[in-house]
Order: sequence, then C-alpha cells, then structure tokens
Amino acid sequence: MAKRSAPEVNAGSMADIAFLLLIFFLVTTTIEKDSGINRKLPPMEESEEDVIIKQKNIFTILINGRDELLVEDERMEIKNLRKAAAEFLDNNGDGSCSYCKGKRDPSSSDNPDKAVISLKNQRETSYAAYIAVQNEVVAAYNELRNRRALEIGPQKGFPGMDFIKMQDNYKDARWVGNKEKLKEVIDQIKEEIPQKFSEVIE
Amino acid sequence: MSKFKKKKSGGLPPISTASLPDIVFMLLFFFMVATVMRENTLLIKNALPVANQVEKLDKKNPISYIYMGKPSENYKAKYGTEARIQLNDKFADVRDVAAFISAERAALREELIPFLTVSLKVDKEAQMGIVGDVKQELRKVNALKINYTTGVGDALSNIK
Repeated sequence: MAKRSAPEVNAGSMADIAFLLLIFFLVTTTIEKDSGINRKLPPMEESEEDVIIKQKNIFTILINGRDELLVEDERMEIKNLRKAAAEFLDNNGDGSCSYCKGKRDPSSSDNPDKAVISLKNQRETSYAAYIAVQNEVVAAYNELRNRRALEIGPQKGFPGMDFIKMQDNYKDARWVGNKEKLKEVIDQIKEEIPQKFSEVIE
Repeated sequence: MSKFKKKKSGGLPPISTASLPDIVFMLLFFFMVATVMRENTLLIKNALPVANQVEKLDKKNPISYIYMGKPSENYKAKYGTEARIQLNDKFADVRDVAAFISAERAALREELIPFLTVSLKVDKEAQMGIVGDVKQELRKVNALKINYTTGVGDALSNIK
C-alpha cells in the first residue's frame, strides 16, 4: 500500500493574518500615562483654630490669570522658582537644623520643619502653569531630600542612592536589600524635610 | 538557443520573505502586551501637561479617573468651548462629582476604600477654576488622595 503523507498546510497567508492583527492592535493602542504628581487634599474640617505662622516662615507663590508668578511679593520667572524655594527651605534661620546649608538669613525661614510654601492661583490660571509650579516646588523638596539621602545613606548602608532612587527601590519588588531599613531611612528624611505645602482656596 | 538560456542573467536573487511572519508576530506581541484598552471614550481634548518630578501611580490601589478639558470638535456645537468635566462616558457637572465618587466607592471592597486615588487628567489648556471646583468637591466627599496625571518631560516647557 502506498503510504500517503498528509498534505502540508500552506502557511503563506500567516503573514497576512498576523498583519491584520498587528494593525488592529496598532490602531487601538494608547500607551496609558500612569505617572503624575501625588497630592493630598486637606480634609474639610471646620476646626478653625487659626494656626499662627510667622510671616517669614511662609513662602508665598501667586500665579495670576496670565500665568505670571509673584513670589514673596516680587515677580519671578518660573525657571528661578526651584532655586528660590530650595534656598527658602534650606535657610535655617534659627540654627536648629544641623543638616541645612542655607544662608541663615534671619528674615527667611527658621528651619525646614517650620517652613511652609503657600500656593495661590486664580480661576483663569492655566492648568499647565499650575502643574509647572507644582513640579518646581516638588523639585525643590526633592533636591534637599536627595542631598540629605546622599549624606546619611552611606552610614545606614545605602551608599550612592539619592532619595528618588531610595523610593524607587523601596517600591521595586525585584530590588534585593533590606527594605525595612530603607523604609526607616526614607521616613527619617521625610521627617527632617517635610513637605509643608499648602494651597489657598477662596 | 537553449544553450544560451542556461546562463543566469546575473540579477540579484529574490529576498527571502520567509521570516516576515516572525517579524510581524514580534511586533504584534509587543503591541498586544503594551495595549491598554481605553475604558472611556474621550469626549474632550485631553493633552496632558508634562512634569519631571513624577511618581508612578500605584496600580495596586484603586484609581478613579476624572477628565477635564475643552469638548472635542464634534461636541463643540452642543457643549461650547469652555472646559468641561467628563465622568465615565458622559459630560458632567461639578455637582455630579460627589455622586461619581460614591458610585466608585460602592464598587470597591470595603478595605480598599481609603486607598482610592483620584487621578485628575486635565487638559493643559484648561483653566484652574474648574480644577479648583472639582478639588473642592472631592474634599467634601473626603476623597483626599489625588494625582495630577502628567506626561514626563520638562515642566518649564508648559509655560510659554
């Protein structure tokens, strides 16, 4: 009996099918953006005991309807904001902050724990400008935190890691290292340079 | 004559397309993996601003999205050119935000409710007035964790 071999399946159209699927996925794909600036809104409590903050401990930023900045009652370009904010936070007016390297200007903030950055915007302010300012303020905090992380990191066994890297590593499941210890360092830095950032709401 | 035909004309041999399916499949798999099917059809313009001090949104925690921006071309006649809020698949009013959040919460397991993050996807041309109103509404319903979702890039380029 003649042995009949099974006919081979023609795979010539496989490419066409694959192309079809490819084009479908190309069209439907939107690479979803999933990063951003995290913020916490203040709770709606009516505890109106006015906290008294010394004027020199507040760094006021006002963005007007034409996206112009008024920082500490003076006009400022956005590109200078990060430096100004970092200087304000790092000032160390009362000398209680051992890790600050500021100018110790008595008319600026006492220490990072007391320093508050206050942001006010108008209804006409564009969202893009608002985000830019938020970004610069966060950048100022991160700058100081990074510096602090590079200082205390080596003592705690995390050399060469800035604050951002520490946070990334803490979240990264593949990172091998002592996460509990890292968390302690992160919390310590967060406590030393707290983000005291308030927004004015009319 | 046939004697001469034997000789090849010396042209290039055809390129083999046998590996074409493999290449296409490779691309296909990339797009299949990278694809996130849109949950909502956008009725508004939604070009997000950019920032560089961004943190990743934690996917482990539940996220609700609130979109804001100017209505896109098709809806201009009906909804005007001012920035509007979009919740799920519909245009909404500031007053609807509270109801939206409670609906989102109702769909969650109880222990996850405090971790609900509200992602604000706001067009960069929108004005802060509407964003401020939404934030105020979120405070009223105690949804305090928010995230200004942005692209990654130089934030200073937002202000011209």
